Amino acid sequence: MIALEVIDITSNPVNKYVYLSIILFSIGVMGVLIRRNAIIILMCVELMLNAANLLLVAFSAYNGDAEGQIVVFFVIVVAAAEVAVGLALLISIYRNISSTDINLLNRMKG
Amino acid sequence: MHHLTIMREYIFYFLAIVSVLSGLLVVFSRNPIHSVLYLVVCFFSIAGHYLLLNAQFLAVVHVIIYAGAIMVLFLFVIMLLNLNKESEPHKPIIVKFVSVISGGLLALVLIAAMSNIDPIAGSHPSLHNVGMVDQLGKVLFKEYLLPFEISSVLFLSAMVGVVLISKKES
Repeated sequence: MIALEVIDITSNPVNKYVYLSIILFSIGVMGVLIRRNAIIILMCVELMLNAANLLLVAFSAYNGDAEGQIVVFFVIVVAAAEVAVGLALLISIYRNISSTDINLLNRMKG
Repeated sequence: MHHLTIMREYIFYFLAIVSVLSGLLVVFSRNPIHSVLYLVVCFFSIAGHYLLLNAQFLAVVHVIIYAGAIMVLFLFVIMLLNLNKESEPHKPIIVKFVSVISGGLLALVLIAAMSNIDPIAGSHPSLHNVGMVDQLGKVLFKEYLLPFEISSVLFLSAMVGVVLISKKES
């Protein structure tokens, strides 16, 4: 059951959310560096976006300012459009080279 | 009141551990489908964090859009392209090692930079209800009406672009 009444958020200081966001963002960066599958890289970018969203929501909640949460809403909107276009590009790439390995995608190299 | 505070701390730590562990499993699991499923777990734990921060509207929107729409799209594409453990490309072990080191160093530098600050020195975090649907809806439809409408144009253009890109050339 979702709590419909306002709960007290002071039991968790905002610094904890800063650290958690930093760790999640670094995991996303690590994934982009480690993986070669372009779909997984797109997923790691989503993870980084979510780390930034979590930080925005935390600061917005602690400041009592709704604008941070509005920004998060628009980030979610843009992320949905971005994922749709990115996956369409990947399907079109897969049709041409039968792989989503980013190391095979170096044909634009001069 | 005191044991409620402690319970919220425990809930925070539980959700934080779940989100960090599932994020690591996204990066390190061999099968792409497992990565997608762990990312769904991570998104659910982040939605739990939003509930803990009184952002009920965003928690529900996050679950519906990320776990419901975006991850289904990822799963659908992975199954369409028939990616599995065998077809997964791998980088050499030295590159993986260096990547883990540099990711850890990035976290270390950011945490060190953020450890001595007091982010909200002037404000009083008390019972704010800005995350409720009625409060957020008022702001969204009064002050941010134009960006809201423009985002629908963005979705329309993204839809047209996706159809154009993924259409087979005849």
